[in-house]
Amino acid sequence: MTEHDHDGEGDDGDGGDGAQVHWTEWDTPREEWLPADRDRPDRPRSLLLEVSTRFLFPTIVVFSVYLLFAGHNHAGGGFIGGLVAGLAFVLRFVAGGSMELAASLRLRPPTVIGMGISIAVVAALVPAAFGDPVLSSAVWAVHVPLLGDLKIASSLFLDTGVFLLIVGVVLDLLRSLGAGIEARELERRPGEEDRP
Amino acid sequence: MLIAIAAHLVAAVLLLPIGRRWGRGAFALGATVPAATLVYVLVGRPAEETLSWAPGIGLELTFRLDALSLLMSVLVSGVGALVLCYYVAYAGRNADRGAVARDAALLVLFAGTMLGLILTDDVLSLYIFWELTTICSFLLVGGDGGTKALRRAATQALLVTTFGGLAMLLGLILLATAADTWRISEILADPPGGPAVAVAVVLVLLGAFTKSAQVPFHPWLPAAMVAPTPVSAYLHAAAMVKAGVYLVARFAPGFADLPTWWGPVLVVGIWTMVLGGWRAMREHDLKRLLAFGTVSQLGFLTVLAGAGTHVAAVAAAAMLLAHGMFKSALFLTVGAIDERVGTRDIRELSGLGRRWPALAGFAVLAAVSMAGVPPLLGFVGKEAALEAFTHGGVKDIAVLAGLSAGSVLTVAYSLRFVIGAFGSRGNALAPTAAARPGAGFVVPVALPALAGLVLGLAPGLIGHPVADYASAYPVAEPYHLALWHGWTLPLLLSAAILAAGYLLQRAGVLSRYSNPLPDFLDAQRGYQATVAGLTRFAKEFTGRTQVGSLPAYLGVILLTVVIVPGIGLFARPLWAPELRAWDSWLQLPLAALVLLAAATVVLARRRFTAVLLTGLIGYGIGALFVVHGGADLALAQFLVESLTLVVFVLVLRRFPPEFVQGHPPDRRQRVVKATIAAAGGVFVAVAAVVFSAGRQGGTGGGPSSEASAEYIARADEEAGATNVVNAILVDFRAFDTVGEIVVLAVAATGAASLVLASRRARRGGLPPESAGGEDEREGAST
Repeated sequence: MTEHDHDGEGDDGDGGDGAQVHWTEWDTPREEWLPADRDRPDRPRSLLLEVSTRFLFPTIVVFSVYLLFAGHNHAGGGFIGGLVAGLAFVLRFVAGGSMELAASLRLRPPTVIGMGISIAVVAALVPAAFGDPVLSSAVWAVHVPLLGDLKIASSLFLDTGVFLLIVGVVLDLLRSLGAGIEARELERRPGEEDRP
Repeated sequence: MLIAIAAHLVAAVLLLPIGRRWGRGAFALGATVPAATLVYVLVGRPAEETLSWAPGIGLELTFRLDALSLLMSVLVSGVGALVLCYYVAYAGRNADRGAVARDAALLVLFAGTMLGLILTDDVLSLYIFWELTTICSFLLVGGDGGTKALRRAATQALLVTTFGGLAMLLGLILLATAADTWRISEILADPPGGPAVAVAVVLVLLGAFTKSAQVPFHPWLPAAMVAPTPVSAYLHAAAMVKAGVYLVARFAPGFADLPTWWGPVLVVGIWTMVLGGWRAMREHDLKRLLAFGTVSQLGFLTVLAGAGTHVAAVAAAAMLLAHGMFKSALFLTVGAIDERVGTRDIRELSGLGRRWPALAGFAVLAAVSMAGVPPLLGFVGKEAALEAFTHGGVKDIAVLAGLSAGSVLTVAYSLRFVIGAFGSRGNALAPTAAARPGAGFVVPVALPALAGLVLGLAPGLIGHPVADYASAYPVAEPYHLALWHGWTLPLLLSAAILAAGYLLQRAGVLSRYSNPLPDFLDAQRGYQATVAGLTRFAKEFTGRTQVGSLPAYLGVILLTVVIVPGIGLFARPLWAPELRAWDSWLQLPLAALVLLAAATVVLARRRFTAVLLTGLIGYGIGALFVVHGGADLALAQFLVESLTLVVFVLVLRRFPPEFVQGHPPDRRQRVVKATIAAAGGVFVAVAAVVFSAGRQGGTGGGPSSEASAEYIARADEEAGATNVVNAILVDFRAFDTVGEIVVLAVAATGAASLVLASRRARRGGLPPESAGGEDEREGAST
């Protein structure tokens, strides 16, 4: 398959306004399927995987967020949602390698883990400020126009912390066990620049 | 009080970005917090605040402001504000902003934790704040960790005080258990007795002694003088080391009569006082001179605070304040000299007194207070201290002799400090040329020095809290602080001490001694030998227990699992399980699949095959959950299984494809491994059946136990959840969840660090070394 036949210059040249594109080429792909595509020219790749990752990744992430919110009343929750989101990143890693993983998220995995723990701990401590025991939860019912009645439990924040933490842990595993080992293999090749 | 402590913590966080952005202004900004706290405690009245954060298990934060806490918080907040203001001048215009931000944030954080330590009325919070001050001190002493001396000093302070802190924790728990309350005020109101309490008291004292740099733990304090001078002034003169004295003063009313309390307190305190003074006479570095002076004064304070009589308590309170004032003034003076001249060595300073009359004047005022000359607060306190031990028996006379000897040394090294810092060397050394320190240096020195003078002239100003604190001890006629008590024995002693100290310094006997201590008594060597011994022990122990073989580790874990809960399980009468063959026909093919996969895993030769088969088992069990209706459980099982598979594949890339390579497996070993594995598997299966039978038996054969029924009933109304699994996770057992995610984070960080560190070691293996290593290997193979 030749969706990458045109190189970097072609990207900038005819990618701009649709009016000047020749009618035989209007549907030629102008972008890479995955952001970090060009960084590893010698990487074994699978077009099918890359294309499906392109549209599966956002879908899975949205689904994981749904699981997080739905968890209180249906199957799901922070742990499960976090695992689903983590697997979405696994998919991207498998499809595009460590560079793809780095391009998919600006935050570093330890930061995500730290955010998760911080949110969970803060969510646990906040009730103490209102004179309730730590980790006690409240339920608010809100009426939102168009959407109807919403019921929000304060434990959602704790669950969000769990969600972020799990995502962070998965990312950290991918970074250390996946990307880390990958980089180690690449080090042996002369001339290959090591990117963290 | 809660708000004051919280304000410190919040300010510390905010100061980090502020300091990085605007530099030394952060110190001035940070000073407002302790200054506001000072005002708050001065106008406030004795109070008690409680915040119960886990009432179910009786955990609460209680803060009490009583006389002792008031005195300590005046010291902590007052000196804290002063030091932070001083740091503005000390840091200079071109200070490294990162260092400024770090020090400002840490100093404010330290003031906050110290405040928490002295205000808390709860044993466990006391311990937590105690260790927080240790950590702050470690970070402040270590600074950026740029030099070996910094790191070594910081580590020593950390190790010594943490050791004492752990001992103290043990002692506090023993005390709290004996008294059946976690509140310090309740423990002291009705002190428990018995041999356990006698031991507990020693352990608590151990914590106090390490923190307050008592013999033989004192070397960390002079070593910590590598820190910037304002940090030394605050931590090692006014605040942190006072925590030990505070602890002694806090617990003395309840336990001062126990021989295991007053024995160590008096012996160690006096020994420390004399030794500190002795060593101070032999130092040439002004800061180390003051550090040993602090050690000496801390011994003095420990004796006074721990003696457990009314007059001694009055003296302790007065000396606590006096020492905080004169010592911070003196340290800040040294900082100014160091900053302007560039040296603190008294052999290189000359004639500074004439050049800097203002600074020298205030420093002399502080030093005179330290020596105990009227009409300063140091004199008033020392009078009370001598008075406390003049009317007793042999014990008191011995203590009096010790205190007098220590005081003579104090006078001598005070004189040595003044002459060394500001005196003229005549023709031997030309007067030191240096720019005059500005108001930013002089005012923070002047304030505590003048406070010592004012309080010395009018001790009634602090009379109320001091009397309040000392009223914890029974007394016929209360003792009042005063400049003039008439022609008394203490006055005579004071005069004699002053004269002896002057003569001792003039004669210069002590400073000429080369090495008065034999090596085996040198505490620093003792510390080094202890640390080296511990390291060696850890190395040998790890070498013997951590053999580096995964099968061995797994075997130990499995055997432990079988034996420990096994004994608990089979020691009781077993429930007779009612076994059903199956609930649904779907279970049959799934169970067959799982069993088949499990049987095949054992036979697998390739790692990858084994991993895939294990995954199959996991999915099969997940499917069984689905059949049972546990959607959440099944979902989690499937996801975890997928993730495990991915991680396995990532790791397996680095491994040889087959389990066994080259040599055939050892038969005997395989039998042992198989036996252990089979035992583990059988145990888990039996335990599962027995426990589930017991669970069902709990409600007379019903489908679920009482706990489950309760959870289901309460899920919607209390947690607002119709998914009971989630309600358990985030509400009923939310504490467990928080614990588990912390464990998960630690495990993930640990695993990542291991992988990344081994990678770094491999790559960053220092080119010349790794090249040499390869040569060696080649040489060895040829």
